Amino acid sequence: MAVVEVKPPILSIGPLAWVRKNLFSTWYNIALTLFAAWLLYILLKPAIEWATTEARWGVIEANLTLFMIGLYPRDQIGRVWLTIFILAALIGLSWGVWKHAARGFALMAIGAGVAFTLIALYFGWSVWREWLIAEAILLIFYVIGLYLPRGALITASAWFLYFPFIFLLIAGTKYIATLPPVDSGLWGGLLLTLLLTIVGNFGALPLGILLALGRRSRLPIIRYFSIGYIELIRGVPLITILYMASILLPYFLPIDIPPPERVIRAMVGFVIFEAAYQAENVRGGLQSIDRGQYEAANALGLNGAQTTILIILPQALRAVIPALFNSFISLFKDTSLVALIGLFEVVRVARSILAQPEWLGTHREVFLFAFIIFWTFNLAFTYGSSRLEEALGVGKR
Amino acid sequence: MNETNNSQEIIICRDVHKWFDQFHVLKGISLTVQKGEVVVIFGPSGSGKSTFIRCLNRLEEHQKGQIIVDGIELGNDIRNVEKIRQEVGMVFQQFNLFPHLTVIQNITLAPSWVRRTPKEQSREQAMQLLRRVGIPEQADKYPAQLSGGQQQRVAIARALAMQPRIMLFDEPTSALDPEMIKEVLDVMIELAKTGMTIVAVTHEMGFARSVANRMIFFDKGEIVEQGTPHQIFNEPQNDRTKLFLSQILRH
Repeated sequence: MAVVEVKPPILSIGPLAWVRKNLFSTWYNIALTLFAAWLLYILLKPAIEWATTEARWGVIEANLTLFMIGLYPRDQIGRVWLTIFILAALIGLSWGVWKHAARGFALMAIGAGVAFTLIALYFGWSVWREWLIAEAILLIFYVIGLYLPRGALITASAWFLYFPFIFLLIAGTKYIATLPPVDSGLWGGLLLTLLLTIVGNFGALPLGILLALGRRSRLPIIRYFSIGYIELIRGVPLITILYMASILLPYFLPIDIPPPERVIRAMVGFVIFEAAYQAENVRGGLQSIDRGQYEAANALGLNGAQTTILIILPQALRAVIPALFNSFISLFKDTSLVALIGLFEVVRVARSILAQPEWLGTHREVFLFAFIIFWTFNLAFTYGSSRLEEALGVGKR
Repeated sequence: MNETNNSQEIIICRDVHKWFDQFHVLKGISLTVQKGEVVVIFGPSGSGKSTFIRCLNRLEEHQKGQIIVDGIELGNDIRNVEKIRQEVGMVFQQFNLFPHLTVIQNITLAPSWVRRTPKEQSREQAMQLLRRVGIPEQADKYPAQLSGGQQQRVAIARALAMQPRIMLFDEPTSALDPEMIKEVLDVMIELAKTGMTIVAVTHEMGFARSVANRMIFFDKGEIVEQGTPHQIFNEPQNDRTKLFLSQILRH
């Protein structure tokens, strides 16, 4: 009997105990729980009934590829998979090298990969193999990352090169036979949405940092230019900037320079817009830095650039990670506005599907699916960034 | 390094004035510090003593008069200022360690980036300094994980890593809990005994008594009185000095 006594009382912990303690502890608690359950049932019953019987989910299955990559040539789809595989490798590498800081993102990526594999298997789609390969790549590179010498430098450089590289991979070039150019008008769906988000954000951050520093510069010309830029861009809606970039930009370019493709114009628009917001985020971080940090750096003989890069920016950016991710998520959702300038991102794809004669009247299914795409990605971003915040906060403040 | 200069006079101030807007905070300070001298500056708060010491490495700009440190005049030429700052270490009241860097990174940062010292060498030197201030085991921790006294000792090590010819201390123990003051003062006393030129703003009269060559009493932006610790403590000439000393020595 003595052995039994040292074991922890099982019902005092765990979900069952939680349920009993919080939902069924007294008679009125039981009544409230039952009432709430009944209310939930009444409210959700029509939705569940619709989802399980009436809804024509075939519309999603039939158009899944359209949702994912738009009109990107189907025979070139291997290039999209390649970007995913490299992404998996980089996430795995980051996880191995930076451990806690990247673990949140890695776990989300693994979770997504497993989910996609299972979904594909369930519906009998062949892509389960690709997702499984992506998983395997991620794990292999995790192990490589654990033992890689100078891992941080290599991984950071790899990320840095990744974005131009995938751009090349997706766009193609006439100089490489195996990568024929794909007209950017054909890029679409989630692929386009993510490309716009990534280019928009990672293009805007350096620009935003420069503007934020410029706004605090002692040189009036730089300061007033930065203030002017930030206030001008923040003062107008994003959609007007996208229209400007899309319609007016060609008129501002010299006649012998062909106007860039529409996707590029949209990306420029996003970078211009987002830079102003990132600048204000970064400025918030700069203002949070104690004057003593500048003084200590100066007293050691560091010059202005060294002080900014080595002392001030690392602390300022760390302080505003939540705000930066907030802007990131916000821009991710705002990419749906490019539907209005004729680009086939997720929402526009959804609308185009509704125009197909055999899928008339499937608004609910299609938009619910678009809703789920956005929401799932944001969930992953949020989880990853909060883990990153936790990891960076350890013992440092 | 500065052969042409009279090498014994390492800091020369002539009629230094400074204003914060309309407020005349330094009213003509003239002062010469000899190489290897330990000078303690004390006085009531708002007397300009911190502002003065911060003028010596141009964290504050003086608006009139002349400051010559190690043979170089402080002016608007930023390169002169950076050169001086490399030769002058400073320790602050609030430590001002870099919170995102470990202790060892705090110490090796300036030697690596300013002096271009090779990594191994700057690390070895940093460990030596940490042993000297008594906390080699804290090398890989972050500043927030250390006590105030330990942080201030890291700050001293960080300043020493640049191998300065002069050390400035701006109220180095004022932000510390009483039981930690001694560990910092011990490091400062040891430093003073090695022949380092030190200018310290502090009210630690024990420190002044044991190592200062000269004490300078500041009040209302002026040097009211100066002399050896013996003169200041036993036969202060000025009434304001007497009053101030009676206030801080009472308890």
